[in-house]
Amino acid sequence: MSNTILIVDDEPNIVLSVEFLLKREGFEVQTAADGQAAIEMLAASRPDLMILDVMMPRKNGFEVCKEVRADPALSGLPIILLSAKGREVEIAKGLSLGADAYITKPFSTHELVAQVKEMLK
Amino acid sequence: MLGPRLIVVYSLLYLAVLFAIAYWADKRADQGRSVIASPLVYALSMAVYCTAWTYYGSVGRAAGTGVGFLPIYLGPTLIAMLWGTLLLKMVRVSKTQRITSIADFIASRYGKSQVLGGVVTVIAVLGVVPYIALQLKAISRSYTILQHYPDIPSRESLQNLPIMQDTTLYVALALAAFTILFGTRHLDASERHEGMVAAIAFESIVKLLAFLSVGIFVTYHIHDGFADLFDKASVAGVLTTHINFQTSDYETWYSLTILAALAVMLLPRQFQVAVVENSNERQIRRAMWVFPLYLLLINLFVIPIAIAGQIQFAGTGVDADTFVLTLPMAHAQEGLSLFAFIGGLSAATGMVIVETIALSTMVCNDLIMPGLLRRWTRLPPHVDFSRVLLAIRRSAIVVILLLGYLYFRVAGEAYALVSIGLISFSAVAQFAPAMIIGLYWRGGTYQGALAGLLAGFAIWIYTLLLPSFAKSGWLSADFLQHGPFGIELLRPQSLFGLSDLHEITHCLFWSMVFNIGAYLLFSLRRESTINEATQATLFVDVLKREAPSGVPLWRGKAEVKELISLAERFLGAQSARKAFELYAASRGAPNVEQLPADAATVHFAETLLAGAIGSASARVMVASTTAEEPLGLDEVLNILDEASQIRAYSRELERKSSELEAAGRELKVANEQLKELDRIKDDFMSSVTHELRTPLASIRAFSEILADDPEIELQQRKKFLDIIVTETERLTRLVNQVLDLAKIESGHANWRIEQVDLGELIGVGCEVNARLFSERGVRLIVELPEVTCTVSADRDRLMQVLVNLLSNAAKFAPENTGEVRVRLRRDGEILRVSVRDNGPGVPFEDQQDIFEKFRQGSSSSERPVGTGLGLPISRRIIEYFGGRIQVQSRPGHGAVFTFELPAMDGG
Repeated sequence: MSNTILIVDDEPNIVLSVEFLLKREGFEVQTAADGQAAIEMLAASRPDLMILDVMMPRKNGFEVCKEVRADPALSGLPIILLSAKGREVEIAKGLSLGADAYITKPFSTHELVAQVKEMLK
Repeated sequence: MLGPRLIVVYSLLYLAVLFAIAYWADKRADQGRSVIASPLVYALSMAVYCTAWTYYGSVGRAAGTGVGFLPIYLGPTLIAMLWGTLLLKMVRVSKTQRITSIADFIASRYGKSQVLGGVVTVIAVLGVVPYIALQLKAISRSYTILQHYPDIPSRESLQNLPIMQDTTLYVALALAAFTILFGTRHLDASERHEGMVAAIAFESIVKLLAFLSVGIFVTYHIHDGFADLFDKASVAGVLTTHINFQTSDYETWYSLTILAALAVMLLPRQFQVAVVENSNERQIRRAMWVFPLYLLLINLFVIPIAIAGQIQFAGTGVDADTFVLTLPMAHAQEGLSLFAFIGGLSAATGMVIVETIALSTMVCNDLIMPGLLRRWTRLPPHVDFSRVLLAIRRSAIVVILLLGYLYFRVAGEAYALVSIGLISFSAVAQFAPAMIIGLYWRGGTYQGALAGLLAGFAIWIYTLLLPSFAKSGWLSADFLQHGPFGIELLRPQSLFGLSDLHEITHCLFWSMVFNIGAYLLFSLRRESTINEATQATLFVDVLKREAPSGVPLWRGKAEVKELISLAERFLGAQSARKAFELYAASRGAPNVEQLPADAATVHFAETLLAGAIGSASARVMVASTTAEEPLGLDEVLNILDEASQIRAYSRELERKSSELEAAGRELKVANEQLKELDRIKDDFMSSVTHELRTPLASIRAFSEILADDPEIELQQRKKFLDIIVTETERLTRLVNQVLDLAKIESGHANWRIEQVDLGELIGVGCEVNARLFSERGVRLIVELPEVTCTVSADRDRLMQVLVNLLSNAAKFAPENTGEVRVRLRRDGEILRVSVRDNGPGVPFEDQQDIFEKFRQGSSSSERPVGTGLGLPISRRIIEYFGGRIQVQSRPGHGAVFTFELPAMDGG
């Protein structure tokens, strides 16, 4: 059974490209356009990995990250932060909030796929 | 029962207490535990200003002229406010120059002139000896009155009692003994008369308590408080004189105030206690309010006693000057009468003691020494000079007191004695120009000071002293009424036709005119000499931070050994040796013999001597033992110039350093501003990068996808390529807008100002965006007024704003049901363009922020497609043309963006 990956980003074009990449690798893909939508989807079904943007309306990526880590039902869910915010403080903040990896935009598609595969091993 | 013997016993007992206090204070001083270091003692010793003339005479004056006694205390109270600078200057100069008297002070200021010191001494002695006589008279008079206790002798019965004159002589001699004991114990003025000062402070307390006791007794025992007293007074009809001012009194009031203000600084005894005896400059601050407070207290009951006396003794011929004593006597208050007498005794003795010490120092140092020294320099006697000096001072004390006694005997009840208080004040007021102007103006010279003093003194003799003699019947009064040789213009008390003035006012006016006039005239006639200039600087600049060291401009050859032996001759071997040893230690010399024979050492010797024999004589003596090479005027000017250059340089440095400080502060502020700007720029950069990274991420992702997989089907490939193109356009737009905003913000934008017809502009703007609207199915409604509305602006920039608002509205309006309404209205001088949509609206919390950079409603779920720079740019454009842009919106009910611009006239 293939793994399911949740993509959360408010930029439709980013969602589109990542979705295409992951489907090509054989993953199941779910998408959400903002943090709040992501939380709601997580309550319904647990994906195997989440790719999360930071700057989003309604609820940003950091907040989502924090909530996920506080939820025992979601323990162990791998999170990759995918953000245009690339300063060291932001990376450090993301990792300390519980993200497993932090990739800055613009990103290398190979790197992203490799990272996803690595984490799902 | 009080009798003559008992009064004498009590008086002697009182004097014995004084001796004891003075002795104790001297002992304490020797042990280094000075009692007069207390500022309170200093202020109390200044109250030696209040003599028997105050103690008895104030009531007399009040009985005669009502509040006319007040200026004598008002003047000192007022001038005390200036002590912070005036008295401080005098004290500091006197400490650095070891000045021993007011004569020494004035002589020293004008180049250490012996002549000037002599003239000041003569004026002081002539002016003050009668004043001493007045004190002696007060003592003997009060003694005689008290002797009659409980009877009260009338004024007539007091005259020509032989016993009076005898007591006065004894009193004078007793005071001479006291003064000699405590006034001439030491020679050096730096060893002050601590015992005397302590005794004087004690006397000030005694006279104050005595006067207050009588006042309280009179007001609250004889009568029933102030109100009762004044009621009875108005019934008895004695009140009118006290409340009544006559118009001519105003000049008298002012002139007496000025006169008393000067006297409290310039009377030899005041100079003695306030300046010479001052042990610490900080005492001045306390004295500035304690002394006026003392004056207030001692004047509190003057009017009540005067009124009560007039009620009590109406028609009995009792002298108002004696009310303080006679009122308690009339009420058979034995103890209080005695206390009142002792109070008067303390007031009189205090004055006599200090005045005599001050005068004897002046007579010795400034009158006798110069003559003696002239002889001694040729023919040195084989005696210890210090003993000679002490002998001279002691003789001077006896002679001065005997002179006072003599004057008292001669003058008796004459007018010349009764009015001597103010006459005396007027004499010492002649020191004021030389003294006070000399403290603040460098230009005063020896000739100026001498001319001023002599002129003022001559006027004083002519307008005040001689007339007082005439009024006493010692001179023919003819010249008073018709002028000398019948020249009316020269009548002494209507000089040059100035009549109708009180004699004191008259004298003060003319003597000051001549004194100050001569002082300025002669001072301005020539440049200061070297000596004068040096001393002037030392006096005038004494309070400056870079105060002159006092080491004079001196060049020559000196033998330290000779300087020491000179000092030994005047100070005694032991104390001279000790002083030199201390000085050697302070200069780091191992012993006295190895002191360098330079200007500083010579100056030290001279100052040391000045304490004993006065500055003028000290200068002469030191000059006689050293071979001084006279400095040329040029050399001195050079040295002074150098000093002033150094001062100017240090001032310049000070100015620079304060400028530097200010610059530092400004830099700090600027730095803070820069930091803030840097932070804003950082935020901006961070936002810009974020906005750049997002489209770049899409472009890169799709490019890589396309590059990796050539097999992607055509339709998908086309879709991805379209995204790349759109994102590239977005990126370009963003870069352009960032640059545009930067250009506007930095002020480098080019504005082409012209007349813009807003109606026409809106028409074109709507046409440009027509496709966007029709694509999204949004209805666009335009409402324009009939009239043309013109503004002065850059047409392209306004179009930019309008297009931005229209495209925003098109984007936010719901697809197919959307409606955007553009309206132009004129409201007086304001033109308003509004763009209304029926989209989701702007949340309240974002309505301010959306005009800031990159603040496009981040919390709204429906994020607009845009750069986040459109509205900020629009705002800057509109504000540049003097207008404003704002948004009104109720979330869920659309938004109205409005910009307003000032209408062009006639538009």
